[in-house]
Amino acid sequence: MEFVKNVPFFSIMLCMISGVTASMLPPKIAKWWTVALAAVVAALNAWLLSYLLSVGESYTYMMGHFPAPWGNELRGGILEALLAVVFSIVLLVSTLGGMQKLEYQVDPHKQNLFCVMLDLVLAAMISMLYTNDLFTGYVFIEIMTLGACVLIMSRQNGRTLVSAMRYMIMSLLGSGLILIAITLTYNLTGHLLMENIQQSFAQLHASGQYEVPITVITGLFFVGLGIKSALFPFHTWLPDAYGYSTPAASSVLSSIVSKAYIFLLMKIFYRVIGMDIIHSSHVMNLLFIFGVAGMILGSLSAIRSHDLRRMNAYSSVAQIGYLYAGIGLGIEAGFVAAIYHMIMHSVAKSSLFIATSGLADASGDSKRFSDLRGAGYRYPAAGICFSVSAMSLVGIPILGGFVSKLYFSQAAFEYGGVHLWVMLSALALSTFLNVLYFMRTVITLYRPPKKGFQPPAFRKDPRTVTALWIMTALNFLVGLLAQPIVMAITRGLRMFA
Amino acid sequence: MTNKQPSLLKRFLGWMNDDESTLDRELTQRLSTPSEESLRELSPEEFDAREAREEKQREDLYLAEQEQFNRIHNWATHKGVAVLNWVYRGLALLVCSFIILFLLRTAVALPPFGAEDNPYNNEVSQRYIESGIQETGAINFVAGMILDYRAFDTFGESTVLFVAACSVIMLLKLGDHSAEHPSAAMLEAEFDDRHHEPKNDEVLQLAAKVLVPVILLFGFYIVLNGHLSPGGGFSGGAVMGAGLMLYLNAFGFEKTSRFFTYKLSRWISYLALMTYAGLKSYSFFTGANHLASGIPLGIPGAILSSGLILPLNVCVGLIVMCTMYTFYSLFRKGGM
Repeated sequence: MEFVKNVPFFSIMLCMISGVTASMLPPKIAKWWTVALAAVVAALNAWLLSYLLSVGESYTYMMGHFPAPWGNELRGGILEALLAVVFSIVLLVSTLGGMQKLEYQVDPHKQNLFCVMLDLVLAAMISMLYTNDLFTGYVFIEIMTLGACVLIMSRQNGRTLVSAMRYMIMSLLGSGLILIAITLTYNLTGHLLMENIQQSFAQLHASGQYEVPITVITGLFFVGLGIKSALFPFHTWLPDAYGYSTPAASSVLSSIVSKAYIFLLMKIFYRVIGMDIIHSSHVMNLLFIFGVAGMILGSLSAIRSHDLRRMNAYSSVAQIGYLYAGIGLGIEAGFVAAIYHMIMHSVAKSSLFIATSGLADASGDSKRFSDLRGAGYRYPAAGICFSVSAMSLVGIPILGGFVSKLYFSQAAFEYGGVHLWVMLSALALSTFLNVLYFMRTVITLYRPPKKGFQPPAFRKDPRTVTALWIMTALNFLVGLLAQPIVMAITRGLRMFA
Repeated sequence: MTNKQPSLLKRFLGWMNDDESTLDRELTQRLSTPSEESLRELSPEEFDAREAREEKQREDLYLAEQEQFNRIHNWATHKGVAVLNWVYRGLALLVCSFIILFLLRTAVALPPFGAEDNPYNNEVSQRYIESGIQETGAINFVAGMILDYRAFDTFGESTVLFVAACSVIMLLKLGDHSAEHPSAAMLEAEFDDRHHEPKNDEVLQLAAKVLVPVILLFGFYIVLNGHLSPGGGFSGGAVMGAGLMLYLNAFGFEKTSRFFTYKLSRWISYLALMTYAGLKSYSFFTGANHLASGIPLGIPGAILSSGLILPLNVCVGLIVMCTMYTFYSLFRKGGM
């Protein structure tokens, strides 16, 4: 076996060992430790990605001395490696960009615990990407839930505590539903390995046995992971959780935590339950409806919010709606568009959160839009980063959002029927709403300040500025490299099924 | 001055500018537009009349706004909350009964409990039962399963415990207890603890003196025999943690800190988790690359047997014990 195939195992163990070690490190070192870890993990996975692209087929990796249905197993493919690279880079830049705020928003004795959670969230995310075993997935869902909760409440004021509590309750409800679904799956198939479950399910489906439990399992997975990833009717925990926590936390939560759950849901649909059963259960239509509703209602809430960070949070609801609508088409093109959107959104949204914290600094920590006027001149890096990522989310060509909207419409055309018109009109309406609230902010940023406005004294932290420029570059990169990324996703998805 | 809603364009522009409420906007507008009267000298009567008029207008505007606010606010606080509560209750009841009904319907459709030809009686559990002893060296199949066949999941679960301990620390830990000047919160916690917890209860102390050594020893026994008999790291660790808590309750923090402190418990759980990670990484790596691990399995039934399961059980036991102790000390006094 080639040595490069050990990469998933190395990256998971490395993340967990460094995460646990970070709890014993002094805070100052722990932060750079996390950045270094993310860089190493990104490099390792990039190595694996290049290998897989040249070989062109996926492989399984035995965790221990026992083969798959008995022991645990990992599975590496182009898609998994690609997403691991993207997410670890995003985590790296978010940590770098949020470091300055972290230093005075989180208790100095507890900053290393924050880094522990960042490392373990990365570990959980990579494990969810690579695992080939349903129960391993559940174990890492637990780690991610607790880690995300700590990230939310790390900045301890009343609002974050309340929102962490709300997140905890809703997220545990989701975990409970997923656990019931896994138990029922084991009861019907006697397996936890994804391929074996799929085979058993296919047999059961062909013979028409246990139709009710299988439908319920599909529904439970969908609702459980939907709650955790803030799908539209279950999104009520999201605005406060993203809006009030420290910037590094909100950007990691919006770009990594929710995406990992969505990826796991795709994996369960594709590799556990099997697309035949999914199509016959019509759960895809439900996903599509919720997704489209999220696209529009999330944007409307964003327009109504007066606080920039809550606006970003509501915009996440809308973007997650895009993802689910793409998945809900149930065809390969829809999945490709959704995964590309996942990459684009995790880059753009983390940039928005970091840039917003910089802009808030430049306007005296005020969240009112009228005080943001001219903040783009006072803090050029943050202003440019915000504008670029907002334009990317709106869908200006060259940037990623345009490409993903293009692929969503293409997928809708391929699907045809009612879905086509619903998808196209939802895309048009949602784009219009996106333009409204994002362009309002961008225009506000570059308007002259009100008379009598005293620009506050603030420090441009070199780490934040570096992170902001890197993020701006990443936004362009995702858009410019759209063709190779989509090619890789398509190849990855083919070897996924 | 009109009371009608402003046009859509105006509202849009207002939204773009992030304007204040209607009242503020009217006032700013009135203050910023110069009236022709102000251009000439005003007689005192005229001035008073104008002041009174403006006062009246301001009052009217204020009253109108206040009335609108009261109408909405009163409705919301008196009726709205009640209505919403009922709606929420009704919906919650509806959703819960739906879920219960669905799950019951599913339970009925599942394979009958304990039947011989159930799907889960397949080659997976067969191998665990039939060749578990030869392959793992553990007489306790469960230990063999969780610490050898599926050790990666168990590593995840131990990390969950560690993460849980870290989240409670994040929430409840009060400052740095080695600092010279304790913070107000720390003094308060100290006072609360003295106030609420019984100290020097002789009955409790006598009971603890007799029980704690037995409990700790029994816990350690369960951990060490994890591969031979029911039990193992998770249950034995819980027993040991309970013994520590009993001691702490009877004798207080000062005496407990002679042999076990918060800091020590953090170090123990860190080192135990690292040992677990190190041992299992070696085993995963050799297994995946088809190398011989060279770990002897020993004779099944002997205390020194079953390869890595014994040390792993000890690690898990220590992690569980320290997590329980950390929880207790944090909930009681913020980890001081």
